[in-house]
Amino acid sequence: MIELDGLTKRYGEKVAVNNLTFAVRPGIVTGFLGPNGAGKSTTMRMILGLDRPTAGDVRIDGTHYDGLRDPLTYIGALLDAKAVHGGRNAFNHLLCLAQSNGIPRARVDEVLDTVGLTSVARKKAKGFSLGMGQRLGIAGALLGDPRILMFDEPVNGLDPEGIHWIRNLMKSLAAQGRTVFVSSHLMSEMALTADHLVVIGQGRLLADTSMADFIQQNSRSYVRIRTPQRERLLDVLRGAGVVAVETGGGTLEVDGGKPEHIGELAARHQIVLHELSPQQASLEEAFMRLTAESVEYHAHDTAPPGAPVQDWGGDWKREG
Amino acid sequence: MAATQVVRSEWTKIRSVASTVWTLSLAVVVTIALGVLISLLSKHEFDNLGAEDKLSFDPTFISFAGMTLGQLAMIVFGVLVVSNEYSTGMIRTSLAAVPQRGTFLFSKIAVATGLAFVVGLATSFVTFFLGQAMLGEHRAELGDPGVLRAVFGGGLYMTLIAVFSMGVAAMLRSPMLSLGILMPFFFLISNILGNVGATEKIGRYLPDQAGSKIMQVVTPVDDDTPYGPWGGLGIMALWTVAALAGGYLLLKKRDA
Repeated sequence: MIELDGLTKRYGEKVAVNNLTFAVRPGIVTGFLGPNGAGKSTTMRMILGLDRPTAGDVRIDGTHYDGLRDPLTYIGALLDAKAVHGGRNAFNHLLCLAQSNGIPRARVDEVLDTVGLTSVARKKAKGFSLGMGQRLGIAGALLGDPRILMFDEPVNGLDPEGIHWIRNLMKSLAAQGRTVFVSSHLMSEMALTADHLVVIGQGRLLADTSMADFIQQNSRSYVRIRTPQRERLLDVLRGAGVVAVETGGGTLEVDGGKPEHIGELAARHQIVLHELSPQQASLEEAFMRLTAESVEYHAHDTAPPGAPVQDWGGDWKREG
Repeated sequence: MAATQVVRSEWTKIRSVASTVWTLSLAVVVTIALGVLISLLSKHEFDNLGAEDKLSFDPTFISFAGMTLGQLAMIVFGVLVVSNEYSTGMIRTSLAAVPQRGTFLFSKIAVATGLAFVVGLATSFVTFFLGQAMLGEHRAELGDPGVLRAVFGGGLYMTLIAVFSMGVAAMLRSPMLSLGILMPFFFLISNILGNVGATEKIGRYLPDQAGSKIMQVVTPVDDDTPYGPWGGLGIMALWTVAALAGGYLLLKKRDA
């Protein structure tokens, strides 16, 4: 169990993590979701005592991280696969971690086997691919057989086989009753692995909910309609008590409507339909809507709403 | 967190990277080779020396002449032992494993210091005996007054210069920045300050100038240095303690 209580981190004026309070529970995979720069890694570094909180508190099984005796046996973390001395081989890298926490040497061979690096155990880490580095980092996290595991963007840069392996690993660790806390900026990835979801944006907590609830609340289903007889159809729908919204481009949308029902109404009144299709907003869209205001680095390919539209060279035409 | 566990872990770290071997080997080879060469040259030059220079001729000190260059490799060793953690990002993995930062830093420094001491002491004795062999009739004996102290002190000097560098690297974190300050400082600036009349009195309190006094057996004729061999080493030790304290305080305070 990881408990955050009002956790805050400020860098000068900038607030990286803003008053986060939530708990990560055992037995499930908890996804930690947020756009790039939302404060996920900073939060994880504070959990491990690497960065000091400006305010608030974080506890591992009720204890501060630096109060844990042999912390690797409580919580194993993969923060950055590159946080390894490239000149040291995989075995010695894990051995020095094991020795610092009184973990027996035999355990090093075990975790190397678990992550499939036995054959390159005596190779220097700088020759490792990103995927192998990620596996070495995970081996380090598993070393102390901890009850809590924390992974920061573990699937980044992995090939499909590696991604599949990590997903299964996280699920099996949770199934053993461990606490699994994994960050990602991809909703689709979380939808496949996480049972519970913590969403942050600009360091603030946006959602702390079960995955099932999140899907239920955020997956909007609607019917999209295109018709040359828009006004007639709107009248008919209104008469039947169906609310349709015009969405531009001549299309109508009916939230939660049934296409069968709308199609039959149109047929009865002999209205021509060019399109009648059930639609489902993806979880990715729901996530983007949730974090829209908190994304730090927007790509300004469209004018922000409310901003005056620039019309270069348009003025002289109007005046002339 | 038992400190013995962390010491064992740091020993695994230090023995499993190539930079340990090449920096220490370089320190040994350069110190001995240059010491032998200068001893040989000094033997041939002896007859051309003035009376005063003949009086202050210090065969022990001459055999340690290679240390001016050899100490640079010791500095690289000290810097890399600490700053490798930062340049590779390993520091986050290390501090997650050992969150007691004082235990982490001082275990690392204890292991590296022990290694530097063994290598430094062996180098000092070898360079002394080989150097004296080259000096022929002008040689000093280990049993002569002050000689054993000087040879033992040579090992301490090499150790302290490495530990001082560890402290500086713990403060600065970047290996390039640390080396960029320490190398020119010890190779050039300290020598210049020590040889220019106006700054000589300040220069003699710098760590290397004060510390190297321990290797002197014959005091130069018009020497007015206000401290003796152990006093000089003490000054160097104070510099080292200050660098370590600075490194520790910054490590404790900083985000990793």
